[in-house]
Amino acid sequence: MIPILETRNINKYFLDPVLFHVLKNISIQLQSGEFVSIMGKSGCGKSTLLYILSTMDTAYEGELFIDGQEMSKLSRNELARIRNEKIGFVFQFHYLLPEFSVLKNVMLPALKLGKYSETVIRNKAQEKLEMLGVGDQSHKKASRISGGQKQRVSIARALINDPKIIIGDEPTGNLDSKNSENVFNLLKQLSSDIGISLLVVTHDLDFAKKTDRIIEMGDGVVL
Amino acid sequence: MSGFRLILDISKTHLLSKLKQTTVAALGVTFGIGTYIIMMGFMTGLNNLLDGLVLNRTPHIQLFNKTAPTEVQVIDRYKDLPFNLNYIHSIKPKSRLDRIHNGLPLLSELKKHPKVKGATPQTACKVFYLAGSNKLNGVINGVEVAEEVRLFNFKDYITEGDVNSLQKRKNSILLGAGIAKKLSLKVGDKVQVLSTNGATYALTIGGIYQSGLTEVDDVQSYVSLKMAQQILGVSSNYVTRIHIKLHDIEQAIPMSKNIERLYDVRALDVKSANAQFDTGSDIRTLISYAVSITLLIVAGFGIYNILNMFIYEKMNDIAILKATGFTGNDVKWLFITQALIIGLVGGFLGLALGYGVSLLIDNTPFNTEALPTIKTYPIDYNPAYYITGIIFALASTFLAGYLPARKAQKIDPVEIIRGQ
Repeated sequence: MIPILETRNINKYFLDPVLFHVLKNISIQLQSGEFVSIMGKSGCGKSTLLYILSTMDTAYEGELFIDGQEMSKLSRNELARIRNEKIGFVFQFHYLLPEFSVLKNVMLPALKLGKYSETVIRNKAQEKLEMLGVGDQSHKKASRISGGQKQRVSIARALINDPKIIIGDEPTGNLDSKNSENVFNLLKQLSSDIGISLLVVTHDLDFAKKTDRIIEMGDGVVL
Repeated sequence: MSGFRLILDISKTHLLSKLKQTTVAALGVTFGIGTYIIMMGFMTGLNNLLDGLVLNRTPHIQLFNKTAPTEVQVIDRYKDLPFNLNYIHSIKPKSRLDRIHNGLPLLSELKKHPKVKGATPQTACKVFYLAGSNKLNGVINGVEVAEEVRLFNFKDYITEGDVNSLQKRKNSILLGAGIAKKLSLKVGDKVQVLSTNGATYALTIGGIYQSGLTEVDDVQSYVSLKMAQQILGVSSNYVTRIHIKLHDIEQAIPMSKNIERLYDVRALDVKSANAQFDTGSDIRTLISYAVSITLLIVAGFGIYNILNMFIYEKMNDIAILKATGFTGNDVKWLFITQALIIGLVGGFLGLALGYGVSLLIDNTPFNTEALPTIKTYPIDYNPAYYITGIIFALASTFLAGYLPARKAQKIDPVEIIRGQ
């Protein structure tokens, strides 16, 4: 079975302020439907790895395959398309567009993809919001809802294009334990019910323990 | 939803969420474009008025005899050798009559020319206007009044009385306004005219002529061609000037050269005669453009500033848009679109403002002695200015938006997201 995401010998250097070897020969695999967490101390390079895996950072050496397709050879525009279509993001700080309504925030990536008509997208977005328990908030402005709700909305946005992978950078880092628990359960449910692969960077050991597999990193290598 | 509509939709939300800043930026463009329209309309209106003042009345080509010394002296023809230095003291011009040689055949020849709209003969005679013991010197022009009205808007300059009185009665005169004032004469009165050869004529004032140029109005009057010839005591083929109006004013220079070459007459074209008017118009146009462009540049800087600030505020949004699959190009066009919307809205408001103020100026009363036919300030509503205005608005806002948009295009989302 082809892994949904695979890296082969990824190396990354920071040039500024001094030459620093951040990632050393990282080779990992993520299977379809797997829920994997990446743990490690601050500065071990786990976030750096995450942004390489998310295709936003292209300054690295080595090979990255997503859904069997090699990423390192694609142009920035093609990578944007891949992110749009195959990857969903959940960040620590929610990152919703504050002027837009909750519903519109969820709709935007799908509108960009342009696969469905606006009406279909609107219904889909509402469906996702309801699935995540924030359906009643859909017409509020994104800046007017609480932190826990924002995180749910951003998960709904990550799901709107039915991606293969969801990548999270400390998705529960900013939430209290109750909300954190809720978000974990939602993510878990996604991987078991819909078969989406999840790759999440976290500091939270309790969170990590409940995932299928933990990738532990230290000083730029996978331990 | 197509790519552009999506960008437009996001732009709209962004602009509406910053309504105050958007309005300020758009108003900058509005004032720039509005001022451009007003200045161009008013300046050109004024230019046309002044040009009209002179050019409507001025013939495109004037034919007359000029007193000048012979250019090539006889001795030069006879002994023009390189080692000779011929020098003649006190050269005097040859005396010749004022009348144009073969004037009437020349006139009928010109009237048949396809480029000529019309040609009128004139006979000028120097006279004294008499009123009691007052003697004012002046000039009386004998004209074919119907042709003058047709070709040179002669009727516009008759402020009182009837222009056709010259045709109705032979001894009728259209008296210069300055003379009428000085001699306190009015329409229907008689004026005594003393010709240079001593004969006195009593002429009935059929109308008052006012050109708007004081030095003309103080001396010039008009009578019928026949009357002028009678005052001079000459036959009916005595014509001192021929005024030509062409279909195309641009033909004036070549045509006048051609006439000078073919006939024994001096031809003065309107371009040479009124060179200063063209220069004046050009400079006024230049000033209008300079002021308008300056205003637009200022407006452009305003937009640049506002978009720049906006992009700093929207770093997170840009990062998230890029993370969720929007390309750098999308983001660039997002901001250029916002700039263009500001330009379009501001520009159209500017056109409306310009048109409104132009209408206002156009209806403001403007009465002046010098310009009898003008009742309100002149405005030119040339659509070309409105088209140029909106193009200006779009071009300047595009440029102002392009640089910040390029910056937004290059923002690295990883840096923003990690930086939090």
